[in-house]
Amino acid sequence: MKSMRTTHSGTNATPKLPRLRAPLVFGGLLVLLLGLLGRSLYLQRIDNDFLQEQGSSRYSREIDVPAHRGRIVDRFGDPLAISTPVKAVWAWPDQVVATPDQLRALAAALEMTPAALNQKLAQGGDFVYVKKPVAPEVADRAAALKIKGVHDENEYWRYYPGGEVMSHIVGFTGDHDVGQEGLELAQQSWLGGKHGSRRVIINRRGEIVEDVKSIRAPQEGRDLALSIDSRLQYLAFREIKAAVDANKAHAGAAVMLDVKTGEVLALVNWPSYNPNNRIRVTRDKMRNRALIDTFEPGSTLKPFTIAAALDAGKVRPGSIIDTAPGTLTIGRATIHDAHREGALTVEQVIQKSSNVGAAKIALSLPAETMWQTLSATGFGATPMTGFPGEVSGRLRPAKSWRPIEQATMAFGHGISVNLVQLARAYTVFATDGELKPVSLLKVDGAIAGRPVISADTARAVRRMLEMVVLPGGTAPKAQVAGYRVAGKTGTAHKLEGRVYVDKYVSSFVGFAPASNPRLVIAVMIDEPAGGQYYGGAVAAPVFSSIMGAALRLLGVPPDAPIDNVVLPPDGADVREET
Amino acid sequence: MITRINLLLLAALVVCALSLVTSRHQARKFFVDLEREQALSRAYEVEFGQLQIEQSTWAMPARIEKIGREQLHMQLPGTGRIQVLDRDRR
Repeated sequence: MKSMRTTHSGTNATPKLPRLRAPLVFGGLLVLLLGLLGRSLYLQRIDNDFLQEQGSSRYSREIDVPAHRGRIVDRFGDPLAISTPVKAVWAWPDQVVATPDQLRALAAALEMTPAALNQKLAQGGDFVYVKKPVAPEVADRAAALKIKGVHDENEYWRYYPGGEVMSHIVGFTGDHDVGQEGLELAQQSWLGGKHGSRRVIINRRGEIVEDVKSIRAPQEGRDLALSIDSRLQYLAFREIKAAVDANKAHAGAAVMLDVKTGEVLALVNWPSYNPNNRIRVTRDKMRNRALIDTFEPGSTLKPFTIAAALDAGKVRPGSIIDTAPGTLTIGRATIHDAHREGALTVEQVIQKSSNVGAAKIALSLPAETMWQTLSATGFGATPMTGFPGEVSGRLRPAKSWRPIEQATMAFGHGISVNLVQLARAYTVFATDGELKPVSLLKVDGAIAGRPVISADTARAVRRMLEMVVLPGGTAPKAQVAGYRVAGKTGTAHKLEGRVYVDKYVSSFVGFAPASNPRLVIAVMIDEPAGGQYYGGAVAAPVFSSIMGAALRLLGVPPDAPIDNVVLPPDGADVREET
Repeated sequence: MITRINLLLLAALVVCALSLVTSRHQARKFFVDLEREQALSRAYEVEFGQLQIEQSTWAMPARIEKIGREQLHMQLPGTGRIQVLDRDRR
């Protein structure tokens, strides 16, 4: 090579003018060739992104792989929330170019009046939803009109077949299929699907002929099975709604637990709302009162005081407590019974719901012991259902209790609970002293509880609770034909500010069949104003009708003769206050 | 001799090349079929969801109760009309 160059330069050196032309042309061509080579090298190796992209866009596409949100189903798999693909038709009003005829056709395709359509488009601005959601076929018809400035996009619409019966538990999703309330919010990461995308090769007809690579694998949302039994939920909802109406009450709620597994079989509130149509729904109606509101439980707390005393060996079921003269003065405060009794056994203190009796029993206990029992049965701690906003209620530390507070706490004042907590606490008496964990999600098989009180104490209190619904007790109206029922009424004055007012929370918590409890039901009616306000008159009948129907539906064999219901004549009920 | 082997190899090469082309074509055709079936399955899934919604709307307990009460004149038996049979005692 070198030698050749030297020869060339040697020949070039010869001063012959016409012979200079050839090397010149050759040199020029060489420069051009080098230029081309350089350019091609540059395009191939260095600045190749642009051309690569242009080339691949001719035959490959990145497409979205949609993933839907998981369904929410009840314990039998019946759907409570389903996502279905729909379209949203939207427009840039500034850019819409259409003849009046076209607009009329569009309005007809979208099943809306031309006036409504014009109004939407007249709003101006740069973006407006013309209609959403619309069925995919409808959107396709609208798209077929090919009106400039009108577009559609894919969306999912969440539908709730359970409507107002299920709305407080299930909740709902907001924009872009993201949970906003209830379990839709709490279980967002489980339910939510993640859209994926992949790169594919398409042919000239636009068909996909080959997968190049998956850029992001789509992640389908998973189904969520709740512990709720739709039939029982409806039943409880119907009864609570009727009771709130009949008693002209402010609100009402009911909770039903499975004693063996701790599952929440029903959880209802009234007032409620329809999650499929949330226009003009107030925050007040959206409150899941059974979990996010607390109230002073009143007498429904007495069995726990008695259980603490029995467990500590301070009293026996037959011990005599003197409640005469129906009042008890501690310091400057006086506790009243709704009606005077004389000497009562511990059993009768529960049966007749004597405040004085319960206070005297509580005062025989060290504050620490009573606190221990209440705390161990789940008071003062959230029930851990995972529901957003569930509250713990208030149970102050025993060190800060004054004697009057310990006495009032014996019958459920100065302590606050939510309804689920209260229902759960009663599993202690429905089992042989075990507190079951509660779950809003389906649980397989029986769940072991945490032992809280001795089996003997639990049985003794269960017997007392059975006496409550018998004649002479506060709640004969809680009886269920064919079954032995146990439970306790509550009638608590409400606190407004720091003062007790003449408004009440009537409640009843109980379980059945008493020989082998299957269900715990807690009923709470807030501010009944229909003349009656005693728990035994307002909440107990609701308990009875829900419990009776539920046991029948579940096929639980009756454990009592069918004619066991003995209702005393009207007005002969034993009354209680707290 | 060498020429013959070369010819043989050339023939084999051509056959291989052609089979590659056909199998590639086949693969694409199958892939298009697969895509179509997958789209169909998605569509069925959507329809299934809609049918589930429809079913649960028809089967709403409130509706069933209303029909039972009003059209079929069904009612809960009163306490006096229930007889409990004990399976163990004959």
